Parts: sequence; structure tokens; C-alpha cells
Amino acid sequence: MAHRYKDFRPRLVSDPMRYGLLALAAVVALAAPMAIFPLFLVKVLCFMLFAAALNLVLGFAGLLSLGHAAFFGGAAYAFAQSAKVWGWPFELSLLFGVVVGGGLGFVFGLIAIRRQGIYFTMITLALAQMIYFLAVQAPFTGGEDGIQNVPRGTLLGVLDLRDTHTLYYVVLAIVVICLLLIRRTVHSPFGHILGAIRENEARVTSLGLNVSRYKLLAFTLSAALSGLAGALKASAFQLATLTDVSWHISGEVVLMVLIGGIGTLWGPLVGAIFVVMIGHFLATSGLPVSLVIGVVFMACVMLFRRGFYGETVEYLRERVLRDVSLRATAGREGQK
Amino acid sequence: MTELFGVPLAVLSGQVMIGLINGSFYALLSLGLAIIFGLLNVINFAHGAFYMVGAFVSWGLLTYAGVGYWPSLVLTPLIVGAFGAVFERTMLRRLYGLDHLFSLLLTFGLALALEGVFRWIYGAGGKSYPVPPSLQGVYNLGFMMLPVYRAWVIVASLAICLVAWVLIEKTPLGARLRAATENPKLVTAFGINVPLMLTLTYAAGVGLAGLAGAMAAPIYQVSPNMGSSLIVIVFAVVVIGGMGSIMGSIVTGLMLGVLEGLTKVFFPTASAITVFIVMILVLLLRPAGLFGKDK
Repeated sequence: MAHRYKDFRPRLVSDPMRYGLLALAAVVALAAPMAIFPLFLVKVLCFMLFAAALNLVLGFAGLLSLGHAAFFGGAAYAFAQSAKVWGWPFELSLLFGVVVGGGLGFVFGLIAIRRQGIYFTMITLALAQMIYFLAVQAPFTGGEDGIQNVPRGTLLGVLDLRDTHTLYYVVLAIVVICLLLIRRTVHSPFGHILGAIRENEARVTSLGLNVSRYKLLAFTLSAALSGLAGALKASAFQLATLTDVSWHISGEVVLMVLIGGIGTLWGPLVGAIFVVMIGHFLATSGLPVSLVIGVVFMACVMLFRRGFYGETVEYLRERVLRDVSLRATAGREGQK
Repeated sequence: MTELFGVPLAVLSGQVMIGLINGSFYALLSLGLAIIFGLLNVINFAHGAFYMVGAFVSWGLLTYAGVGYWPSLVLTPLIVGAFGAVFERTMLRRLYGLDHLFSLLLTFGLALALEGVFRWIYGAGGKSYPVPPSLQGVYNLGFMMLPVYRAWVIVASLAICLVAWVLIEKTPLGARLRAATENPKLVTAFGINVPLMLTLTYAAGVGLAGLAGAMAAPIYQVSPNMGSSLIVIVFAVVVIGGMGSIMGSIVTGLMLGVLEGLTKVFFPTASAITVFIVMILVLLLRPAGLFGKDK
């Protein structure tokens, strides 16, 4: 019986419930700095944006990139260099980070999109590693030390970002705007074409659409947003280092998307909170982060591939479908 | 002193030799990757980690059990291969029906976990493995000094690659393997135990990585991150060569190793990124790879 409703998209939670949850999330986001160290929250926000940006290509276009650290870290260096050495204002440095991230993404995309599937993944990883080696050698990146003491400056010359509370609300606003932009993109005709490419690339080609151009645009957008996340992180921690461009970061952000729920809007946010918290608590425990991250990765792939958020949605969906089919059966029997 | 292109011949040939050694390891690892990918359709991200584990097993056998180099050349691939077989049976096998993404992510997680475990126990620093007494010393070739151990590594890995090629291309066992790659259902219908073959193939592939690790131990420092720094380059090698042919991965591996060595002589700063530059060029000119057969 249930299979007839497979494509039927029921409301999983009632409207009051939905708005209640959204309001709760808003209140938590606004009140959080009173209870939790704001700089930690800023880090969570940056990785939320980073994970959501990766999810745009991984979840909605089906492209697994293991090279996103290049955009994140590259933009962090760009921000640090322009804000500290060239003395650019905050907004301009941020924009420069976005341009560098997006530019790198465009070039990566041009090269990697020539191959599909796992080759695509290997190429993004190799290209990102090339950026890493360049960062090791380039004189301006400061080698192992990175670029330190990057000034935060002021937003539009008014809001002093040296105050971490102000910084938090500014970053919150930027991240929320970007998340809305991602949501808009996913629900747009462009987003639907990306989904179609993920499901059946040959079919989309046969419909007369230039698949490579759509992939390239999505990849560039994702890279630019990752760049924004990297630039914001560099401004908050006043630091850009080799860690930001290393392949471990690329792996961590994939884990955030996976563990939250690939292809969902809220999943990457949940995943980012979870993974940043793991890193935070492990910092004092002596256990190596990569061991725990690796084990969580394996557990997630083996046990709950849809991720925390995805599995919850699936559970609710099945419950609603059961109710619907029960009601339908009861209705028919009542007519007899 | 003899010179070639304004570079002393000894320097040039020295770098070519280092290139050949690196190339031998690229060839051994990309060969294993290609075999596993061919049959299992899995990109084994943990390949570099198995190489690292191989080096540590060999070092551990010597340090804790006093087992020398030659026995450990046999024992290490067996131990690493057995570990691989268990991993395939218990975890990887459950993902065959799903998107490639998940097997890649599983092996990626395994790579991280293995690296983390060894870093936890042994720290990030390197351990050194002494060159076995029977392979110490140098050959004087007139224009350069060639350490015996390095010559051995080049010859041995070439021999291993050749044996693997003969096994796969020229024997009945290899014929079954190739048949199962083409059409697993049909081969099952002929009464061949394909699941067992998958396990053994995976074990053989990672065993090869373990063997490479054991051979690398006396040359490089045995350290937890020796695998991850290598595997990314090997991936680029695989993209350049294409995974369609066994011989292709061997030739590409050696060729890129030598090219990297030569870059070190002429443009030292670019040597770390040589392989990646070649990868970009190949992708622009011949997207399917030098020996690739896919679309």
C-alpha cells in the first residue's frame, strides 16, 4: 500500500510545530553568546556555512569534492594578507576572500569537471594538495607560523569587531543571509537541474542542457561561499595557517555534511555543530582528533548513511505515511 | 667532472635514481589501487594508510620480535593483507550495492583512523629502520655511487610489478579475475566464488601496499603520515595513467617519479607540484588519461 505514496511529500510536522522550532532556533542563536564563549560560536557558524556550501555540490549536484580546503584556506590567506599587510578594511578583505575562493573554485571546476565520479574526487584532492604545497613554499604565507595577528577592524567603520559579541552577531547575520541564499538556490530552477544531473546526467544532456556549465556554476558558487567561511574564520581567530588548506579540513567538512545529512538544508548545520564540538572536547583529552573523526566517519557510513537530520526526517516521514495509509484503509472500510 | 645540460652528471643521475625509487613506490601503489578498483569498483582511500601500516609492521617485527628484513618481507604483506581481508568482509562488503561515495568515505575514515592510532602510539616523529646487512654498501658505477639497497628496491619492485602483470594477464587465475571484472553475474553462474575472489583481491591489493611499506622502511622515515602524503600523489598518478590497464599504472608511476627527480635538478621549487601540473596538462589534453579506456 505504502508504495503508492512514495513520491507523495507529506507534511512531517504541523505548521505551529514548524514555526515553533524555527522560533526556538532563532532564540537560541541570539541568546547563545550569553551562555557560551562567543569565539567558539563564531567557529561553529563558520563551519556551518562551510558545510552548507560543500553540501550545495555534494548533496544537490552529487559531486564529492575532497578539495574544499583550498577555497577555505586560500580565502583565509587572502583575507589575512589584505587586512594585515595591505591594510584593507574588513568588508573589502572579506570580498577579496570570496573572490579568491570563487576564483580557485572556477579553475578547479574547469579542470575537474572533465572527469566524472571518483576521478572527479581524486582530481579535486590533488589540486587542493597542490595549493597546499604552494602555500608551504610561498613567502607571504609565513610557512608553519601562518599569518598571525590579523586585525579585525570595523564593519562599515561603525561596528567595532574587536568586541567578540559584536563579531558574533555580525557573523551570524552574514551566515544566515548565505544560508538563505543557498536555500533559494536549491529551490530555484537551477537547483532542480542540479538535482536532475545528480540523478541522471546523461538524461539531462539529452534534454539539451550543458551539464558542465551547470556543474561549473554550482562548484564556483560553493567555492565562493566556502571562501567567505574561511575569510570569516581568519578574521575571528586573526590567523590563517597551513591547517586551513590541509586535506584534513576537506575531510572534516565532508564528515560534517555526511553526519548531518547529505542533501538536506539543516543537516550540514547539525553536522558542523557536532564535529566542531568533537574537536573542542578532544583538544584537552589527548586522544588524536583524526582517530576519532575517522571512527565517526566509518560508523556513520556503516550505520546511518542519511545522517542525524536525514534519519530523523526519514523516521517522521515513515510515521506520517503509515498514518495516511491507515486512514485510507479505514476510510474504505467505513464506506462498505 | 662530466656535465650534461650544465648540471654535473653525478647530480643528474642521483636525482634520476631518487626519482626511480619514488616512481617504484608510485607504481606499486597505483598497481594495487588499479587491481582493487578493477574488480571491486572501490577507490581504496586507505591504500596509503596500509602502506604506512606495512612500514610500521616491518619496523615492529624487527624492534619487538627481532624478525629480520627478509622474513618480514613475507610476513608484512600477509599481516596487512589479513587485516584488509577482515576489513573487506566485515565492512566494505556491505557497501557494494550503494553509491561509490560511501565506500570511498569508509576507506577515507579508515585512513584517518589508522593514521590517528599510529600517531597516538608512536607520536608524529619518524622511526628509522636499518638497512639489512646483506644489502649494505654501494656500487661504484664510475659516474655515480649507487647504494645497494636502492638498486635492490628498484629491481625488486619492477619484478613485483611484472609478476603481478603476468599473474593477471597470462594465468587462468588472472583470466577469472578479468572475467569477474567484466561480468560478475556470469562468472558466478559458472560456479566461481566471486565474493571470495573480491576478498582475496582486496587482501592482495592492500598486501601489495604493505609490501611497499616494508620495502620503503629503510629508505624513508617510518612515520604515521608517510601514507597520506604519498596517497594524494598516487591518486594524481592514477588520474594521469587511467586505471584501465595494469601496465599503464606501472609505466606512469615510474615515468612520473623520474620526471619529478629531473624537476628537482632544473626547477627545485616546482618539484613538489610536478605530478599535479602533469595531471592538469593531461586532463586538458587527454581527459581519459594516458592509458585510460573509459569514456
